[in-house]
Amino acid sequence: MAPTNSIVVEQLVREFKKGPRAVDGIDLSVTPGEIYGFLGPNGAGKSTTVLMLTTLLPPTAGTARVGGFDVRKEGPKVRSVIGAALQEAALDPLLTGRDHLRLQTMLQAIPKAERKPRQTELLDRVGLTDAADRKVGGYSGGMKRRLDLALALVHRPSILFLDEPTTGLDPQSRTALWAEVSRLAREDGVTVFLTTQYLEEADVLADRVGIIDHGKIVAEGTPTALKAEIGRPSIHVIPCREEDRPRILSLLTRFGEQLGDDRDLAVRLRDGIGLADVIRAMDAEGVVVDDVELRAPTLDDVFLAKTGRTLEGAASGEDGAPVR
Amino acid sequence: MSALPTQIGALARRSIMRTARQPASAIPPLIFPVALLLLNSGGLKASTELPGFPTDSFLAFALAVPFIQGALFSTMNAGTDLARDIQTGFFSRLSLTPVRGSALLAGQITGIVVLGVLQAVFYISVGLLLGVRFAAGPAGIALLLVYAALVAVGFGALGSFLALRTGSGESIQGLFPVLFVFLFISSMNTPRDLIAVDWFRFLASINPVSYLIECVRSLVITGWDAQALALGFGVATALAIVALIAASWALGRRLERT
Repeated sequence: MAPTNSIVVEQLVREFKKGPRAVDGIDLSVTPGEIYGFLGPNGAGKSTTVLMLTTLLPPTAGTARVGGFDVRKEGPKVRSVIGAALQEAALDPLLTGRDHLRLQTMLQAIPKAERKPRQTELLDRVGLTDAADRKVGGYSGGMKRRLDLALALVHRPSILFLDEPTTGLDPQSRTALWAEVSRLAREDGVTVFLTTQYLEEADVLADRVGIIDHGKIVAEGTPTALKAEIGRPSIHVIPCREEDRPRILSLLTRFGEQLGDDRDLAVRLRDGIGLADVIRAMDAEGVVVDDVELRAPTLDDVFLAKTGRTLEGAASGEDGAPVR
Repeated sequence: MSALPTQIGALARRSIMRTARQPASAIPPLIFPVALLLLNSGGLKASTELPGFPTDSFLAFALAVPFIQGALFSTMNAGTDLARDIQTGFFSRLSLTPVRGSALLAGQITGIVVLGVLQAVFYISVGLLLGVRFAAGPAGIALLLVYAALVAVGFGALGSFLALRTGSGESIQGLFPVLFVFLFISSMNTPRDLIAVDWFRFLASINPVSYLIECVRSLVITGWDAQALALGFGVATALAIVALIAASWALGRRLERT
């Protein structure tokens, strides 16, 4: 029987000895062929969730079914339908790309006659044909990530877990990987569960986003819906003179609630207020500024609205978020 | 599910390739024991004049030592490699495949056994080139290779156990000197019955490494010595069994997958 949902998680918990509750009763559901972006700062519980869903870490409580199988009781069956590229490309620097694929095809029980064609197909797919016989130690970060993806696809999984697949990559490599992940979902119908701390990645790639913080999901929905939930745009001002900062802030807060701390001259506009209203007020009071920008809501605004912090601030540990 | 032999073969092949592609790991287990052998056989040659010394060639007497030194080097290398796999996440990658836990261990150890036998061939070749005549003849040499494989299983499993328990290559390298102490307080340089210092003779007598060495030595200089062979094979078998049980237990603890 085909599962209606590829991933169904209910009240999933993972506690570590002498540590925090890394995942604290999360619920989520991912439908077949969907790209689900799991967004959150370092230490939020993203990787722990992936480890549980890929059967590498037993949950402390709760249930999770992946591909219709219980991660706690049916580990081998779960592993047979999933592919995973975990945090940091786990590759052997002394083996070549082809060696890795040969090993993976053998361990994944690909029939002998199909192994070489599958290796060639995957090397071509991720653009590593020319580098196939070079040791991985000499690969760039982007090449390693692409090989990592190819290894996860060896046994044609229907569900793919990617744990921060583009962390540390240059923009070009990042875009190339996004294109490949997108193609996997759109053309091959692969369900993708992707963790990321990049807002742009979640925004561009994911059909739906779950935002996790301190082990709890604080928001979930399509990027558009989440941003619409915030609704109102924000205004960001750069002053001409530093001494004008308090005066500008005082003016801005007449039009909306302040964003960030006092270093940021930014407010989320109240309903019915537009950029023109603010500009008129500035003119009337003789305030001179270097730049005024009207910004549509972003996922960072969603994160801020839900947690009271920016994602960047949370990632840098300003909130004391646990780091695994 | 992939057949167990295929899984073991794939992992053993990787283990061998890794060693072959790391001259810094592959060469010391070959060169250092032979260099020490040549130094000792030059510097300690006078020992052969002791009354009761079993041979007039110290080189033949000491040829047994590289077998165990090489095994110790292999233990460290194998353990360090496995620990690195744990640290880099490669172990997790393997855990996500249908590979059985037993295949993970057997593949790793099979690779070490192949390398252990190749090392033994090298030491035997060096001995023959330097004029050592094996008292047990070609059959003794063949038995020596079997023995080298058995010792490699024991030491390989020991290295795997340490890696699985600590998950740290640095910890394993830190334990290496401890393992070497066992070698130095054995009968590596003097027959036990000729060790004059009582406490050293006692320690060498209760040290299992002495019996591992004496088994090889008997095939080189004595011929077919049933007692030495029984003790050597007995200790090697016991080490292999205990280390395999310990490594299997540690693997079970390390593999948290459901």
